[in-house]
Amino acid sequence: MESVAQLLEKIPKYDALPETISALMPILASSVILFAMLALAVLFMVWLERKVSAHIQDRLGPMVVGGWHGWAQTIADALKLLLKEDIVPASVDRVLFKMAPFIVFLGAFAAYVVLPFGSSSFVTDLNIGILYIVAVSSLSVIGIIMAGWSSNNKYSLYGSMRAAAQIVSYEIPAAVAIMTVVLFTGSLSMVDIVRAQTGGIQNWFLFRNPFLFLAFVVYFIASLAEVNRTPFDLPEAESELVAGYHTEYSGMRFAFFFLAEYANMFLVASVATTLFLGGWTQAVPASIMPQIVPGPVVFFVKALILIFIQMWMRWSLPRLRVDQLMYINWKVLLPVSFALVLGAGWMATL
Amino acid sequence: MLTYFRNIGQGIMTIVSSMAIAGRHLFTPSVTLQYPKEKWLLPERSRMRLMNKIEDCIGCGQCARSCPTECILVKTEKRGKEEAPVFASDGTAKKLRTYVFDIDMALCCYCGLCTFACPTQCLIMTGEYEYSVYDKDEHIYHFAAEKPLTVAGESRQNPPEG
Ligand code: SF4
Ligand code: SF4
Repeated sequence: MESVAQLLEKIPKYDALPETISALMPILASSVILFAMLALAVLFMVWLERKVSAHIQDRLGPMVVGGWHGWAQTIADALKLLLKEDIVPASVDRVLFKMAPFIVFLGAFAAYVVLPFGSSSFVTDLNIGILYIVAVSSLSVIGIIMAGWSSNNKYSLYGSMRAAAQIVSYEIPAAVAIMTVVLFTGSLSMVDIVRAQTGGIQNWFLFRNPFLFLAFVVYFIASLAEVNRTPFDLPEAESELVAGYHTEYSGMRFAFFFLAEYANMFLVASVATTLFLGGWTQAVPASIMPQIVPGPVVFFVKALILIFIQMWMRWSLPRLRVDQLMYINWKVLLPVSFALVLGAGWMATL
Repeated sequence: MLTYFRNIGQGIMTIVSSMAIAGRHLFTPSVTLQYPKEKWLLPERSRMRLMNKIEDCIGCGQCARSCPTECILVKTEKRGKEEAPVFASDGTAKKLRTYVFDIDMALCCYCGLCTFACPTQCLIMTGEYEYSVYDKDEHIYHFAAEKPLTVAGESRQNPPEG
């Protein structure tokens, strides 16, 4: 945000603005930048998802719009969603129904504030960064329940109840897995966590010691469940629940759910990148190779690799049953993550 | 306890092996045909849109009689005695003047029975299959080339059912 503020200072007559507005301007500008970046990333991810799914199923996916391998397909789809009629069914709870998509999106978007994309490109560096992410990203559960309840539709309600149960349970192993990293850094700030991993691939927490590697696996699985991705996509199981909690939504409001889903995907991939894959730091230490690639590019490449693995899993695995879902969480991931905290704590004191 | 760990191990193995299979398919060539750009090679004697070489049609109405969906409409009249005789290319005399020969391709079920019935082999199925239209009536193809001399003198209609 500081660099955004400095950029804004360069605008002529910027000083002439009243104090209240000039204090708000950097906040506004950085959220616009963040949103634009997020929207672009989501457009790309949706395209990638369709391509990956198509090629895994021996198809081609979108090929026509835009020329090269249908790159503009998602842009066309987004435009279509924006222009579609906004249908609000007659028997819904109108206020909740209209608010829900934005709260779901807010939960995903608010967490982006503390993501460090590069050594100086982040909006703010909270000293409780990772805790803040864990906290605000569970805000979307409220939106999901609102959507399910206000839709006045049994499929929506089932979907949102499943989503709530799933997200709330899987947050625990995810948070515990995050704790293993915090044991090593002694700080909850995202920037400090990345700084602790500088100096090449062997310093990344993923490869520091086996406990952290397993913690990454636990976090990855739990985060898949948190963002309702297959094999944990019970909340929107098409074959059982039509579309889950967003069955009744259309047009723009549906687009926001869609955006939130992919924003969440990107968020968990970014958190995993920051915590375990060294964030913006490069695999080769600076002493061997000059760091010419800008930090954000490195960050995005790492996050995209994780997202690709998420997609790969999605198109290889079938959906779990509800009892299996809970079994994996409470009987496998949770004990394992506790054991990992113990192990990592022991390693950290060595 | 042992089954617990065995289950976990099995789960991991399942994930790894299924992802390996999916990963292999990621790089197998796709089977999609980019339709308007690429097209299938049609099998020989594919049965697509009907075509009538009206110069050879003797207006016998066999095709209309054999059609199970009654999508062919033939209307003919007798040629006058004083008119010069007309012959089809195989030498059959065209004693009737075919002034309506309509095929409704929207009704056709592409069975090909009409082409077998035709004595002069003038009704054939072509390989043309891209003829979608916006109005269903455009699927009625008019083949008749001649005009009736006497509308009142209709001697032959589309044969009645049965
Ligand atoms: S192909 Fe079959 S359905 Fe079509 S016109 Fe000939 S007889 Fe009738
Ligand atoms: S069977 Fe052949 S010759 Fe007879 S009316 Fe039909 S197309 Fe013409």
